[in-house]
Amino acid sequence: MVNLLLIFFIVTLFVCATAIRLKTFIKAIACQGLLLFGIFFLRLNEINTVNLVLLLLETLIFKAVVIPYFLHYLIKKNKINRESDPYISNFTSLFIITFIVMTTFYLANTLRGGVFGNIYFVVSMITIFTGLFLMISRKKIITHVMSFIIMENGVVVLSLTVGIEMPMLVNLGILLDIFVTVLVLGIFANKIGDIFKEAEVGHLERLRD
Amino acid sequence: MIGIYLILSLFVVFSVFFIRKREVIYSLVILFTVLQWTLTIYEYLNLNTVQFYYFTPDAIGIILLFVLSVLATTSFLYSYIYLGNRQDTPIAESIYWSALILLISAISCAYLANHAAITWIFIEITTLSSSVLIYHRRTESSLEGSWKYLFICSVSVALIFIGILFLGLASQQAKIGDLFYSNLFSKARSLDEFWLKAAFLFIFTGYTAKAGLVPMYTAGIDAKDKAPSPAAAIFSSALMNVGFLGIYRIYSIAAQTNIHQWAKIVLLISALLSLLISAAYMLRVRSFKRMFAYSSVEHMGLVTIGMSMGGAGLFGAVLHLILHSFTKAGLFYQYGSVNRVIKSKYINDAGGYFEKNTSGALVLLLGFFIITAVPPSGMFISEFYIFRSMFDNGYLWLLIVTAILLTFIVSAFGAIIFKLLFHRQENVNIYEDQSSPISIWESVPQFVLLAGVVYLGFNPPAVLVNLINTAVKSFG
Repeated sequence: MVNLLLIFFIVTLFVCATAIRLKTFIKAIACQGLLLFGIFFLRLNEINTVNLVLLLLETLIFKAVVIPYFLHYLIKKNKINRESDPYISNFTSLFIITFIVMTTFYLANTLRGGVFGNIYFVVSMITIFTGLFLMISRKKIITHVMSFIIMENGVVVLSLTVGIEMPMLVNLGILLDIFVTVLVLGIFANKIGDIFKEAEVGHLERLRD
Repeated sequence: MIGIYLILSLFVVFSVFFIRKREVIYSLVILFTVLQWTLTIYEYLNLNTVQFYYFTPDAIGIILLFVLSVLATTSFLYSYIYLGNRQDTPIAESIYWSALILLISAISCAYLANHAAITWIFIEITTLSSSVLIYHRRTESSLEGSWKYLFICSVSVALIFIGILFLGLASQQAKIGDLFYSNLFSKARSLDEFWLKAAFLFIFTGYTAKAGLVPMYTAGIDAKDKAPSPAAAIFSSALMNVGFLGIYRIYSIAAQTNIHQWAKIVLLISALLSLLISAAYMLRVRSFKRMFAYSSVEHMGLVTIGMSMGGAGLFGAVLHLILHSFTKAGLFYQYGSVNRVIKSKYINDAGGYFEKNTSGALVLLLGFFIITAVPPSGMFISEFYIFRSMFDNGYLWLLIVTAILLTFIVSAFGAIIFKLLFHRQENVNIYEDQSSPISIWESVPQFVLLAGVVYLGFNPPAVLVNLINTAVKSFG
C-alpha cells in the first residue's frame, strides 16, 4: 500500500515536469500533500493525539490546502500568464526526470546495503533532485517557489527514512519555519509581480559586478 | 535565563511592530540592549551549564555572543541616526526595528544552541528577518536583493536540514539517538563514516550561504549591498559568524574521526576558491558596499584556512573572526555617513571625501590599514598566527598562493579607498544642502571599535585568551 502511494508520488513529479499550465502544477503539489498524509499515516506505529494533530497540520492542512490555495491566489492576483514557461521543452524535462529516477534507482540497487535498499530514501532523493532541476529550468518566479515546495516535500520523505524522532518542540519549530518561509517567499514573489509586470527571473539582473 | 530572554525579546519584537510610536520604540530598544547584555554576562557566568534543555553556552559561543552584543549596541545607535535622516513611514520604521531585534535575538540563540535542529530553526529565522531588512528601502534593486537572498538561503537551509537528517542516521546507527552536539562530539568515533561525510558535505554547503564562502557566497554579497548600513554591518559580522559556528560545530565532530583529513581538504578547497573569487571581484567591483562584502569573503576564507590547520591556526582564526567583525562593522557604519555626502554609490563617481568629512575619512583610512592587516592592526597578529600554522603544517604552496591573492586584494582595496578620500573630480555628485551635517561625534564609536581591534590584537585580556584556548583545546 505504501509502495503504491510512493509510486503515485513519483508520478506527480512527472506531471510537474510536463505541466503546461500553472494550475496543473499546483494540483500536483496539492496531490503530493495528500499522498504525504497517506504515507505518514500508514507509517505510524502507534497513534497518539499529539502526533496525529501535528501530522494533520503539516500534511493535510499546510501542504494540501493552505499552500496550494495561497499559490492560486498569487497567480490570480498578479494575473500571471497561465503557462509555466520552461527554458527547455517539456520532452527534455521529462527525459531528464526519467534519467534522475533511473539513475537513483540504479545507484540505490548497486550500493545495496543499509539505507540504500530503502524505498523512502530513493523517492526522497528523486524528489529533491527533481525540485532542484525544476528550479533551474523554469523562468517564472512563482514556479521557483513551487519547485522549492517540491524539494521540501522530498526532505519530508527523507525524514521518514531516517526515522529519527525529533522531540515535539523541535518538530513544531521546524514546521513553523518551513511554513513561514513559503509564506514570505510568496509575499516577495507577489511584490516582484507588482513592480516588474512580468515576474520572470530574466528581470532580476540589476545586481551584478 | 535563555527562556526569559526568548519571551522578552519576542515581546519587544511584537510591541515594536504593533505600537509604532517613536518614543515607545526607542525605550523598548534600550530595554532590549540591556536584556542582550544581561544575557551575555549571565551566560558567561554560567559557562557550560545546560539551560532550557537545548542550550549550553560554550567558550566559542560566548565569544561570538559578546561580539554580537557590542555590535548590536552600535547598530542600534546607527540605525537611530540612519532612520533620523530618512523620511520613512512609521510602518516601515517599526518593521525595520522589529526585524533587526528579531535578527539579533535569533543569532544569539543560534550561538548558544547545543542541538543541531535548534540551531537550524534559529538560522532559518535569521534568513527571514534579514530579507525584511534588505527590503527596507523599497526599491526595485532592494527587492531583487532580498528575493535572491531569501531564495538562495532557503535552498541552502534545506540542504542543511538534509545534512542534519544524515547526521541523525549516523547517530542512530551509533546508538546515540539524538542530535546534541556534545553527545555527537563525545561519541564521534562510533559514527558511521559514510553518513558523516554526507552530513558534513550538506551541512557545510548549506552554511556557506551564511558564512560567505564558495559555493553559496553570492546571496550575501547582494544582501550587504542592498541592506541599510547598520544592518549590513550585522550581516557582515555576526551573521557570518553564525555560518562559521555552524561549520565549526560539524567540523569539530568530523575532526575526531578518520574523515578528518578529508574534511580538511574540503575546507581548504572552499577557502582557497573564496580567496580567488574575492581577489578577482575586488579588482573589478563597481560599488563600495559590494567591495566591503567581497573583502568579508576574503577574511572568511582566511578564517577557514586557519580553522582547518587547527592548533595555533584555530586560535588565529577565532581571533581573526572577532577582529574582522569589529573592523568591518566600523567600515559599514562609516559608509552610512559617506552615503549622506556623496550621492552615487559607484566608485567611479566618488571622490573628495576627506574635505567633506575629515573625521569620517580618518575612520576609512584607519579602517583600511587595519583590515588589510598593516601593523599596528590587531589583524596582523591573527593573520600571522594563521600564516605560521600554514608554514608549520607544511602547506608552503598554500601560503604562497594566499599571499599573492592577498596582495591583489590589498592593492584593489587601497586604490578604491584612496580614490574615495582624495580624488578631485569635477563632476562628483555631492549633496549641496547640508541640512544634517555630520558631526564628529558620529565617528567616535567607529574609532572605539577600531581602537578595540588594535588593543585586542596586541594585548588581549586574559579572559579572552582563556576562552579562545578553551575552544581550541576542546577541538582536540
